[in-house]
Amino acid sequence: MTEQPRLPDQNATVILPEPFLRWFGEKGWSPRAHQLELLAKAQGGQSVLLIAPTGAGKTLAGFMPSLTELADRPKRKPGQARRGIHTLYISPLKALAVDIERNLGKPVEEIGLPVTIETRTGDTPAHKRQRQKLVPPDILLTTPEQLALLIAAGDAKRFFQDLRFVVLDELHSLVTSKRGHLLALGLARLRTYVPGLQTIGLSATVAEPDELRRWLVGQNPPGGMSELIVVTGGAKPEISILDSEERVPWAGHSARYATPEIYREIKRHKTTLLFVNTRSQAELLFQELWRVNEDTLPIALHHGSLDVAQRRRVEKAMGENALRAIVATSTLDLGIDWGDVDLVVHVGAPKGASRLAQRIGRANHRMDEPSKAILIPANRFEVLECRAALDANYLGAQDTPPLVDGGLDVLAQHVLGCACGAPFRADDLFEEVRTAAPYASLDRTTFDRVIDFVATGGYALKNYERYARIRLNKDGLWRVSNPRVAQQYRLNVGTIIEVPALNVRYVQAGSRGAASRGGRPLGKIEEAFLETLTYGDTFMFAGKVLRFEGIRENECFVSNAPGSEAKVPYYGGGKFPLSTYLAEQVRIMLDDQRRWNQLPEQVADWLRFQADKSVLPKRGDLLIETFPRGNRHYLVAYPFEGRAAHQTLGMLLTRRLDRTGAKPLGFVATDYALAIWSLADMGAMFKARKPSLGSLFDQDMLGDDLEAWLADSWLLKRTFRNCALISGLIEKRHPGQEKSGRQVTVSTDLVYDVLRSHEPDHILLQATRADAATGLLDVSRLADMLSRIQGRIMHKHLEQISPLAVPIMLEIGKMPVNGEADETLLMDAATLVEEAMGPGIEE
Amino acid sequence: MSFSLARASRIAEADAIGIAGERAVCDPRGVLYFPGLRLLAVSDLHLEKGSSLARRGSLIPPYDTGATLIRLQEVIADYQPAIVISLGDSFHDGGGAGRMHASFRERLEALMAGRDWFWVAGNHDPEAPAGLPGETVRELAIGSLVFRHEPSKVRVEGEISGHLHPCARIVQQGRSVRRRCFAGDGGRMIMPAFGAYTGSLNVLDRAYAGLFRLESLMAYMMGTQRVFAISGSMLRPG
Repeated sequence: MTEQPRLPDQNATVILPEPFLRWFGEKGWSPRAHQLELLAKAQGGQSVLLIAPTGAGKTLAGFMPSLTELADRPKRKPGQARRGIHTLYISPLKALAVDIERNLGKPVEEIGLPVTIETRTGDTPAHKRQRQKLVPPDILLTTPEQLALLIAAGDAKRFFQDLRFVVLDELHSLVTSKRGHLLALGLARLRTYVPGLQTIGLSATVAEPDELRRWLVGQNPPGGMSELIVVTGGAKPEISILDSEERVPWAGHSARYATPEIYREIKRHKTTLLFVNTRSQAELLFQELWRVNEDTLPIALHHGSLDVAQRRRVEKAMGENALRAIVATSTLDLGIDWGDVDLVVHVGAPKGASRLAQRIGRANHRMDEPSKAILIPANRFEVLECRAALDANYLGAQDTPPLVDGGLDVLAQHVLGCACGAPFRADDLFEEVRTAAPYASLDRTTFDRVIDFVATGGYALKNYERYARIRLNKDGLWRVSNPRVAQQYRLNVGTIIEVPALNVRYVQAGSRGAASRGGRPLGKIEEAFLETLTYGDTFMFAGKVLRFEGIRENECFVSNAPGSEAKVPYYGGGKFPLSTYLAEQVRIMLDDQRRWNQLPEQVADWLRFQADKSVLPKRGDLLIETFPRGNRHYLVAYPFEGRAAHQTLGMLLTRRLDRTGAKPLGFVATDYALAIWSLADMGAMFKARKPSLGSLFDQDMLGDDLEAWLADSWLLKRTFRNCALISGLIEKRHPGQEKSGRQVTVSTDLVYDVLRSHEPDHILLQATRADAATGLLDVSRLADMLSRIQGRIMHKHLEQISPLAVPIMLEIGKMPVNGEADETLLMDAATLVEEAMGPGIEE
Repeated sequence: MSFSLARASRIAEADAIGIAGERAVCDPRGVLYFPGLRLLAVSDLHLEKGSSLARRGSLIPPYDTGATLIRLQEVIADYQPAIVISLGDSFHDGGGAGRMHASFRERLEALMAGRDWFWVAGNHDPEAPAGLPGETVRELAIGSLVFRHEPSKVRVEGEISGHLHPCARIVQQGRSVRRRCFAGDGGRMIMPAFGAYTGSLNVLDRAYAGLFRLESLMAYMMGTQRVFAISGSMLRPG
């Protein structure tokens, strides 16, 4: 334990008002050093970033400057104007805002402060929102989307005129998304309203604190940073990797083999929190645990797709310590109070060292007691990854992703929002936007194109001048052209794009949903998954095996199918990419035989076999194995760069191999490796240097080949859809407005095709490509890899499959190859018809 | 993923079918061609849909008319029909023809030159398109065929219509594939929408109830180089 030394009491009295000291005294506590330090810096007029582990009293620290200032504020005299919002608290989660209201309300009441605290979220009723506009609370707890809405209101400037502090909770998670971009722009606006505004960021440990420090203050001049307080320590967590008595499987994500061992650990502990990476893994683990739950321990399930009421029940039971175990996905990643958890089990690889640290931090809210965690690798490569993550955790290594430049689609949304609030001058708004860290390097030309886009779509064919949403008036101000534009804006605000999903409801078996509309809701499932189901198919959801009964409008009807096997698997590949840091660590480990004895014996044996039959890649090298199997030839590459980058690489390589006559048939990608199979003998071709591996993996594949493939890629269409919705080109869907998301999906795909062929340089396509490069395609990471392995490709031509290749070979056929093979499927279906009916239909 | 890159001649690949005894080619680009009549039918062009939506605040790219006309130009160049029938909803709204950019109008007029061109009245465009040549008709009978915009409730053999924008969906190997399609039962045919921004409606939707003899329903789903004839029993709703 490394608790910070406490400041001497006389120091504390300098800045802490008397009621606070009395309160601390009554509780038998004393303020922590970082709380006082933060207060001192804030009182000195600074913005501050506080990085601290869970349980360090971060929240109270964040509000201390506000509370002390509010405590000293003279009472409002009758007849004096009402005071506006004093402190704005912004968190990524509605639930967190609600939680803070409760947790902050208690000390405020006990200290006896005359401070009002209220939440404002999507759930806040209209009458309460209106009242908040007239009688603002001192502290308003809200979300980034609500801030955007407040800014787009005509009274925004007045509403925020008394604002002193903005407290940003879970800043590390906010800044990495488009929500963070929108919030950064919102903050820039607030700084214009209130030039002396101070921000306080609360964050878990991150790799680059300076990025967050810049984010917290206006980048005018560029490079300015907030103050930084880092609370180190907390006790070192006790992390172990399950050394199973069972055989660790080659492939798969279920970790089913470890169920009895996990159950044993649950029985040994008071409350166990089980983290998995995807919803389907959560469902599966939950089922497996109940299969062995002989003592009927209260074990619950929690993930974002479940019905809200059910989630609340689980959270409540958790807070009351009524549960022995809870299986959860990332919805619980963020800081809500979880009762007395004394063990965290992480099933599947954590994909990033920082993510692992943050999840384990959940286990124990008292930072001076060690958290206890067990990692359960689901397959052999995950054993290596878990080991690397564990070592990183002991070293305190961080691998949070670097921040990216602000999205232009988000900027378009913000520009329209600003216009809805008040007329603006382009020069002024440009300067303001550039004070937001994600937009600090934005150039004027791009900014003007965004304004043009907001006004008329920004097309080279100037057809829409008469339909402009905002117009430049003679006074040099941009104004909304009619009130309907503002109405539309309010319905479309925010950057969270929901995947089209249907409500799942219970009905009687065999009723096919007819006449039984009132069944209990279980949650929501993506339409894309439900579309593949046929009447009678069984699948797992909400901790049950369900039978698919049918779809009607936006509801999916299911019945209970207890005891049945779930027939239809839901593909549960990793949602998070393997971090660059962990990938590097895994490569290092493979290259260092001495470290293999840290691994479970069966995994070390596997690597020894590999060394014997083939070779293990040197840390900086790319190993490529070729071998025949059945009547096919295989190429397996081991870049360890994450599935997205491998998938892009696979697409590009198969195009190139096709040109060289290798007759590739398909490929499959995992987080660790890539396998391509073909009719021609690729190994022999590489040996004859026709083509050489060096030229096959040359960086020039990121030029024309990438461009050509991207053109038709469903990945880019999906990315475009998000940009189109966020930028306001196309309106978001609202409950009850449309039957399903199909209309939106179809039309954005069609719009994409038309725009790409007529104006490929349009700003929205520019935004789409920028997104795809870091997102679904991970081109940037692929580019880094290709440059790293120049001249470092190690080719091993084998007679047969190598031990290292087994895991990915087992994935072949299990993983769908998305979107690209539709024609083949249609051909199969049409052939069936021809077989059944003979050729020459109705000829 | 397969790599059958050989690109056979589109016309030769296109599937020939019979409608009320008349031979027709379902072209994968979404038009129907009757070689015996040198007649090309196209439905639901929805020209100027982009500008129509722009009037209501959705500033989607104004290139749909151009994109649709280029595709139409290609099929007309391939088949060189003597007669072209645009089966209604040729424009997304009554003012569409008037809003059309001059360059697009010229392109359209060039396409029309030298052939008989019929505008079948649709629900979106009941009146003749302003300032354009061609003959506007409610419906048109040629030989054993009847061309109209909306399929009639009473069964008419040989009826070619549009309006419903049919698409079909199949599930193969756990994956769902949805495509626009020609929907026919040997007696009548509903054509897919041709316009660049047009959406589509599954042939199993209740809007199609009673229109087809279900036992002989076929969906000719549009691929990139051919249409795929899929029997009604394999189709999925949604």
